[in-house]
Amino acid sequence: MSLRFDGVSYRYAGSSDVVLAAVDLVVEPGEVLGVVGANEAGKSTLCLVAAGLAPGTIAGHLEGRVTINDMATVGVRPYELAQRCGSLFQNPLTQLSGTTLTVWEEIAFGPRNLGLDLEEVVARVDDVVANLGIGDLVERPPARLSGGQAQLVALAGVLALRPTYLVLDEPTSQLDPHGTNLVGDALATLASRSEVGILVVEHKTDLLAVIATRVAVIDAGRIVAIGPTADVLADDRLAGWGVGPPSSVRLGRAAEGRGVSVG
Amino acid sequence: MAEPGGLRVAAEALEFVYPDGTRALNGVDLDVSPGEQVAIIGQNGSGKSTLVRHFNGLLRASSGQVLVGDAPVAHRHIAELARSVGIVFQNPDRQIFAGSVRAEVAFGPRNLGFKGSELDDRVAGALAAVGLDGLQATNPYDLGASRRKLLGIASVLAMGTPVVILDEPTTGQDARGVARVQQITRDLAAAGRTVIAVSHDMRFVAETFARVVVMESGRITLDAPPTGVFAEANWATLTRTYVDPPFAARIGARLGLGSTPTDGALIEAIVRRDASPRT
Repeated sequence: MSLRFDGVSYRYAGSSDVVLAAVDLVVEPGEVLGVVGANEAGKSTLCLVAAGLAPGTIAGHLEGRVTINDMATVGVRPYELAQRCGSLFQNPLTQLSGTTLTVWEEIAFGPRNLGLDLEEVVARVDDVVANLGIGDLVERPPARLSGGQAQLVALAGVLALRPTYLVLDEPTSQLDPHGTNLVGDALATLASRSEVGILVVEHKTDLLAVIATRVAVIDAGRIVAIGPTADVLADDRLAGWGVGPPSSVRLGRAAEGRGVSVG
Repeated sequence: MAEPGGLRVAAEALEFVYPDGTRALNGVDLDVSPGEQVAIIGQNGSGKSTLVRHFNGLLRASSGQVLVGDAPVAHRHIAELARSVGIVFQNPDRQIFAGSVRAEVAFGPRNLGFKGSELDDRVAGALAAVGLDGLQATNPYDLGASRRKLLGIASVLAMGTPVVILDEPTTGQDARGVARVQQITRDLAAAGRTVIAVSHDMRFVAETFARVVVMESGRITLDAPPTGVFAEANWATLTRTYVDPPFAARIGARLGLGSTPTDGALIEAIVRRDASPRT
C-alpha cells in the first residue's frame, strides 16, 4: 500500500528534455513527504505524474511505472483516480469549477459528484471548512476571492473528496503566515489521524520542518537526496540545489560565520 | 538608458466596495514619497491587492481619492497612468498573452513609443534583470510557473515606469528567485524609483524594505520601519491580521535583544551584547 514511482522518467510531448529522470519514490500512508528543489527542477511535473494527469490529460512520454496501491495510474478514468489521489496545483483559479454561486457549494462540488448522501456531503464540507478556518468565506461567490482565499477554497474542495493520497503543488504559496500554518496543521492531522499519504511540494522549508516526515530534494529531474526531514534540511548542499534552508538552520550558520552562537 | 526617478503615490480616505457589496477598503490613508520602497503585509483578503490596483486606475475609488504624482487619478485614463505605474500581478497567467518571451516583454515599452535599438535594449535589460536572457524566442507557456512570474516582472521593468508595484513577487520562487527579486527591488531603489510590494514573505519584507504597512480588514493598522512593525509590542496586532514576525525577530525578543527583524540585525545585536562588559 503506497504511492510509488519505480524508475520513472518523463518527457513532455514534442520536447526531448528529460524532465524527470529515473525517479524512485515511495509515499506511505500516514506520512508527509516534502519535496523541495529549484525553480524548474521537475517538482510540478512530479506532481502531475503522481496524480496520473501526465501522461494523459497532459501529453508526454513516461518510462517506468507509477502506482497507487498497486494500481497503475496510466489509463485510469479521472473519477477513479480522484478518489485515490487528490491533487492541487499552483494556480487555484484553474481548479475552481466556475459553476457554483457560493464557496460552500464549490467545496461540495466534488463530494456531490461522487454521489454521496447529502448528509455526508454536508458533514465533509463543514469539517474541512472548520479545519482550514474559512467559515467566513462560505457565503461568498468563488469568483470574488483574493488569491490566498481561492487557494484555501481549492484545497478545501480537494480535501472534501477524502482521497487516500494527496499530491499538493505549493499549496500555501499565496497564503498569509496564519493560513500557511492552518494548512500545515490540517495536512499533518490528515496524515497522522486518517492515514492519508501526502506528497507536498513546498519552497517554505520552515513549514516542512514542522509537518514533513521525510524530505526529498529534486535537482534537474533527479532525486538527489531523501531522508528524515531534519537531516535533509540541514544538508550543506541544500543551497547549491537552489533550496533555502529553514530559518533556524540559516540563522545558525550566519551566526557561526560571525563567530557567535544564538541562544 | 535614462530612467525617470520615482513619483509620489497616495491614498486619501480611500474606500472601495466591490459590485457584490464586499467592502475591501475601509478608509485607507497612505502616502508613499517619490523613490520610497514600501511593503504591504496582512492577512489574505485584507485588501492589499485591491489597494494597489487603485494606483494604476484598474480599480476606481468608491470614495476618497488616489494620487499619482501630485494629481488625483480620478479622471486620468489607464493608458496614461500606465506610463507612471507598472503593476506585476500575483498570478502571471493573468498578464501573459504573447507567443514569445521577447514579444511579451516588448509589448509594454512599444506601447509607450519605444522602438528599434532602444526597444531592444529595454527588452534585453529587463530579461537580464530577471535572469531570463537567452530565452527571447521561447513561448512563455513553455516556462514553468516560477519563470512565468519572473517574465511578468520583466514585462513591467521594461516599461521603466517611475512606480513599480509587485503583488507577491516571491510567490513560487526558490531561494535564488527570492534573492533575484530582492536585487531587482534594490536596483529600482538605487535608481530612485518608487516600489510598492505586497508580500506574505516576512523575511523578504524585513530584509528588503525600509517601511512596512500592515493591513487589516481594509484599513492600515501599522505603518513603520521593520524594527517598529516587528517589535514585540506589535505582535498582538500582527497576530490579529494573521502575520507572524520573522524568525529573527522572535529569537531577538526571546534573548531580550530588542527588535531584530533580520538575521543580520539579530547577529549584530548578539555581537554587541557579547562585546559589552558583563555585570
